[in-house]
Amino acid sequence: MVAFNEMFVDERVCRPGYEFLQRWLESTPPAVLTQRRAEAELLFRRIGITFAVRGDAAAEERIIPFDVIPRVLTRGEWQHLATGLEQRAVALNRFLADIYGNAEIIAAGKIPADLVYRNPYFRPEMAGHKLPGDIYVHVAGIDVVRVDDRDFYVLEDNARVPSGVSYMLENREVMMRLFPDLFAINRIAPIEQYPEELLATLLSAAPRAAPDEPTVAVLTPGPFNSAYYEHSFLADKLGVELVEGRDLRVRDDVVVMRTTEGPKRVDVLYRRLDDDFLDPLVFRPDSILGVPGLMNAYRAGNITLANAVGTGVADDKAVYSYVPEIVRFYLGEEPILNNVPTWRCREPAALSHVLAHLDELVVKEVAGSGGYGILIGPAAGKKTRDAFADRIRADPANFIAQPTLALSTSPTFVDSGIAPRHVDLRPFVLSGCDKIRIVPGGLTRVALGEGSLVVNSSQGGGTKDTWVLDA
Amino acid sequence: MLSRTADSLFWLARYVERADNTARIIDAARRLAATPMSFAGESNEWESALAAAGALVLFNQGHATAERDAVIDFLAFSRDNPSSITRCLETARHNGRAERTALTGDMWEAINSGWLDLKRFDRQHMDRDTLTEFLSKVKEACLRFDGSAYRTMLRNDAYCFLRLGVYLERADSTARILDVKYHLLLPEGAPIGGGLDYFQWSSILRSVSSLTAYHWVYHESLKPWLIADLLVLNNEMPRSLASCYENLTMFLDQLSQAYGRQGPAQRVARSIYTRLSNSVIDDIFQKRGLHEFLTEFIADNNRLSAAITEQYLT
Repeated sequence: MVAFNEMFVDERVCRPGYEFLQRWLESTPPAVLTQRRAEAELLFRRIGITFAVRGDAAAEERIIPFDVIPRVLTRGEWQHLATGLEQRAVALNRFLADIYGNAEIIAAGKIPADLVYRNPYFRPEMAGHKLPGDIYVHVAGIDVVRVDDRDFYVLEDNARVPSGVSYMLENREVMMRLFPDLFAINRIAPIEQYPEELLATLLSAAPRAAPDEPTVAVLTPGPFNSAYYEHSFLADKLGVELVEGRDLRVRDDVVVMRTTEGPKRVDVLYRRLDDDFLDPLVFRPDSILGVPGLMNAYRAGNITLANAVGTGVADDKAVYSYVPEIVRFYLGEEPILNNVPTWRCREPAALSHVLAHLDELVVKEVAGSGGYGILIGPAAGKKTRDAFADRIRADPANFIAQPTLALSTSPTFVDSGIAPRHVDLRPFVLSGCDKIRIVPGGLTRVALGEGSLVVNSSQGGGTKDTWVLDA
Repeated sequence: MLSRTADSLFWLARYVERADNTARIIDAARRLAATPMSFAGESNEWESALAAAGALVLFNQGHATAERDAVIDFLAFSRDNPSSITRCLETARHNGRAERTALTGDMWEAINSGWLDLKRFDRQHMDRDTLTEFLSKVKEACLRFDGSAYRTMLRNDAYCFLRLGVYLERADSTARILDVKYHLLLPEGAPIGGGLDYFQWSSILRSVSSLTAYHWVYHESLKPWLIADLLVLNNEMPRSLASCYENLTMFLDQLSQAYGRQGPAQRVARSIYTRLSNSVIDDIFQKRGLHEFLTEFIADNNRLSAAITEQYLT
């Protein structure tokens, strides 16, 4: 399986848009790259961009490896992608408004009822609750990959609490400090307006009853959360308070935060806390991270939660396979971005196909994320595959399978020099009540191991700056 | 600002101040323990160091006698002592990390690099020189944090809460050091100003870094009541109770102006400050007794801490 190389057509000739990068790499000695990489690492440490890895208590704080070679998209490629992302975000919001409303898509037989209603992320509490502008997924981090020079495939829609945008922004910041000359000679689309766009999105979705200048806050599980750095980074850039559950209180169905000047009303919560932990009175009673009574305030229409409660049903890996249907049903259009063909193990024919072809497929848990609970068939040994097969047989509905895609590669500076490594891309799609905003680019994740396809930072992936270039 | 943020800043400052105080207490005890027994008398300097750091009760739960190495380990490194220097700086850093955006970059770097520096020390191998280096690194880290707050922070409510933490902790520490040392050094029935040795009295001043200041202010040999005067009532002495309360009332007034509201914290602070301003050291010695005076002060100081917590931090 030969992967699509985003930079080179063959050994000598590079694709349009990459000419400057070729000249730059040819004229920059590896020693300089090594030095710049060390500088970048120092910058990240100083800023304090760290993350925690599950099950690795010793490494409380690590930094994600950063590759100094940018990943490039031409303006044309980006336009095509952005149009597709927008289409997808609109469709997902329509889908959520529908299933928590009249459920027309189920009545039309386009998606099985039990897949929606018995989905662990479906929240019956949301049924019949109307949201401002019918927006559920205010922030989506839609993971896409390329396999050739035309098509993008969506891997996951990440409609709950997608993270990574702070890396996108800091990567750019670091690149501008390390290579100011490259920015001077190329027209690279800026992304630093992201916090402003996010704030505009959140404000547009404020409750109707909110004052003219609604109060926004970021809700975090706290400093022990692996993405805490990002939460505090965003609160800082948005210029709003970073609150924990214990800072909030609900009185007469109104959410207030405890401040040194007394209680202050909050209108919009950009929450980075999973549904389960939001309100111990409604969801997990043992949650000490949430706010008792929050759901009452929500249902009374006194606060906007972004993202809304119950969006997980739209990024579930089994529902994912129906997204092309969802796009056609609500928009009457053909999907612009491709879905990866998916076998749903809940269907007996698919199950036997998957079990017979485990060595060719990627199998994922329906509700998994972060690269956990994944079997990459071609890379796994027979023992691992057999063990995984037992898990699938025990609970087929919990798994889906996809062909292993030949993810595109991007030139990456590794120990052996500059070599192609597989990449994906997570652009962030902001859906407000007024419009959809997407800053050009996103977070490029790169699998640093040779041949590795796993880009998750928790599994040894790194990141790159992503440049949308005006030719 | 969020009450939790204010609370974190307040305690961040208290823990940094506490780490610095403890380092100075260890330093002074070490110095006194190094003087010949004929000069130093019978007192156990290490027990007094524990008491001055407010750690005697906790220490006694796990130790029979106050031996040098055990005390230093307990005060500087112990995990069982929540006020050990390493735990203080760890908590301070944790608070700083949680409120990263409320700190300036310089402040965060001061606390973070200080913590990283000190983590490199191995408590199992603390010879004389290593301990000296450790203690001076602690003082450096605390000075650097304090200095970067002073130089880089916006003078807003966050700054006020940080400074309130500093002065409350400092007042508590000065009062304790004075109380504990004074009584441990003063043998039962000995007349005040009697034959006690210079080294012992100077150790009080050393633990609050005020020996030179004493000479500048009083131009006299060390007299216990003058030492008390310097550390309790002298406004010019930045470690004195009076100076701490001058600052506490000032920062609380700034808060009440910013928020347009006064509360119990302002009233408690002002009444303590007024009492200090109206005292003379002779009266404290003759009418009340220094120990009684200091005991009451420590309780008052805790009352102010509780009032600030109640009014702003919860």
